[in-house]
Amino acid sequence: MTDTIAAGVQPTAPDEVGEARSLGQDAWRALKKNKLFWASVVLIVLFVLMAIWPSLFTNQDPTYGDISRVRQRPSAEHWFGTDGQGYDIYSRTIYGARASIIVGICTSIATLLVGGVIGIIAGFYGGWVDAVVSRITDIFFAIPLLLGGILFMASFPNDANTPYFVIVGKVVLTLTIFGWPSIARLMRSSVLQVKPNEYVLAARALGASPWRIIRSHILPNALAPAIVVATINLGAYIVAEATLSFLGIGLTPPAISWGVAISDALVAIRTYPHILLFPSLFLSLAVLAFIMLGDAVRDAFDPKSR
Amino acid sequence: MGKYIVRRLLQMIPVVLGATFIIFAMVFALPGDPTAGKCGERPCSPEYVAKFREEHNLNDPLPVQYGKYLGKLVQGDLGTNYYGIPVKEDLAKRYTITGRLAVMAIAFEAIIGILAGVLAGVRKGRFIDNLVTVSTLFVISIPVFVIGVFMQYTLGIKWGIFPATVPSLDASTWSLVLPAFVLGALSIAYVARLTRTNLVENLRADYVRTAAAKGLSKQRTVGVHTLRNSLIPVITFIGADFGALLGGAIVTERIFNIQGVGGYIFRSINSRDGVAVVSAVTVLVIVYLLVNLLVDLLYGVLDPRISHD
Repeated sequence: MTDTIAAGVQPTAPDEVGEARSLGQDAWRALKKNKLFWASVVLIVLFVLMAIWPSLFTNQDPTYGDISRVRQRPSAEHWFGTDGQGYDIYSRTIYGARASIIVGICTSIATLLVGGVIGIIAGFYGGWVDAVVSRITDIFFAIPLLLGGILFMASFPNDANTPYFVIVGKVVLTLTIFGWPSIARLMRSSVLQVKPNEYVLAARALGASPWRIIRSHILPNALAPAIVVATINLGAYIVAEATLSFLGIGLTPPAISWGVAISDALVAIRTYPHILLFPSLFLSLAVLAFIMLGDAVRDAFDPKSR
Repeated sequence: MGKYIVRRLLQMIPVVLGATFIIFAMVFALPGDPTAGKCGERPCSPEYVAKFREEHNLNDPLPVQYGKYLGKLVQGDLGTNYYGIPVKEDLAKRYTITGRLAVMAIAFEAIIGILAGVLAGVRKGRFIDNLVTVSTLFVISIPVFVIGVFMQYTLGIKWGIFPATVPSLDASTWSLVLPAFVLGALSIAYVARLTRTNLVENLRADYVRTAAAKGLSKQRTVGVHTLRNSLIPVITFIGADFGALLGGAIVTERIFNIQGVGGYIFRSINSRDGVAVVSAVTVLVIVYLLVNLLVDLLYGVLDPRISHD
């Protein structure tokens, strides 16, 4: 044990003394060695490719249903079999990635922006601003995501002619409205941790504007936890979209998504489990990839775990 | 302590008001006509529609409607839904079953989750640790409705170990075991991971080394000294989760045919029954806030350094 440590430290030790590494560079070095990180990156790249160019993976038309070949088992012609409408499950699973990835990524970015800004305002200004903003955060935090989502989606229903991006946009908006408070709370507490540091006091004493203090001192030091949670939440939003679709209220046909496919497949689980298996598998892999990425990034940014 | 509770209770008022207003506004925005389909195959007579709208204050602008609703709410009157049934009666029945479900789910979380987390944390890097970390990751990444339908099919229908559906509102505890486990599955995984992380972190603390050095048994070092300190984030999570379980039970309830709050809200939304929706959600928010207060008070018990004076 001591030998390996000594062997590992000695050759690099002289370099490391002269080299001043930032937290970000440090984290990157730790990440590069993490196998889980690379596994999740590969998966995510695959899913993002599927979302952008589904035709790279399949040349079948996901909207072509052949009623004479419904619920077929996997075969050479239809790798994953066909579903209850005679659609090719493989191509629908590939095309379904788009909805989940868009919902996941857009919702995460939107909650990070909204929650981040609100959390910084509450944490940085304090006093009555904090009191008011924190109460507003509490209000949205107290409404369960799923219930709020159901209500919101019911208030603005889709019909068969609603364009694809409007349907997806609504889901993103819903999840953002009820999802930002967790980021805001986190951001507020990390700003409160950073604010009393000497470098912030020094910047203030030198007459830096609040905007400058936030941008170049508070933000870089308080952002890491929020980014980690947003990455992990990305998986949760993908599941939330699927759940809303399962309840028949999130994405609605003709939009193709894993959630819609799973909810359609559930009726035939006893007789045709393969229809359920493939979309669930892809959905779970996508969620898994983002959770593993978040975990890896958190470990990298958390010096205590080393 | 008393002062702290009063202050917290006062802070709840704006939160409850705000949350109910948001729900109220969204219900107000619901498209469709609540009188549609109430008169069978023909459209309702204008007299009936006028009377119905008058009775339920549907002609007033949003703030006035909300004010009238609040006025009643303060007196403890949750109003009647559009079928003339007092919402309070309906909610009492439905909250009983959903509440039982959620409490059982919480029990699963606390027992299985913490136990798995402790086992994994104590044997960090060993087989059981890897087993717990990997299996919880799987549970987290599979949507709850897939888990639910799968378990219902295998354990309930194929092997017949558990009842596959819940027949009535006063169902036996036994028939709620499987639904409660499904409802809590995701949180069991979170609790296990959270317990493990905190335990591992605290096991390295100086006071643990001191405890071990002065000759305390391993059970006492881990079980009393470390676990007690590691449980605070876990309790916070479980407390916040109670409200989420009540609201999120809708999926589980739908799979296992439980006539609980989630289904009630869903149906009320579909029949444009605003009063029922708002009242059900208001109760949910109040329960959520009270449980959170309770959790904050528990901190003081777990960690005497935290005081609320």
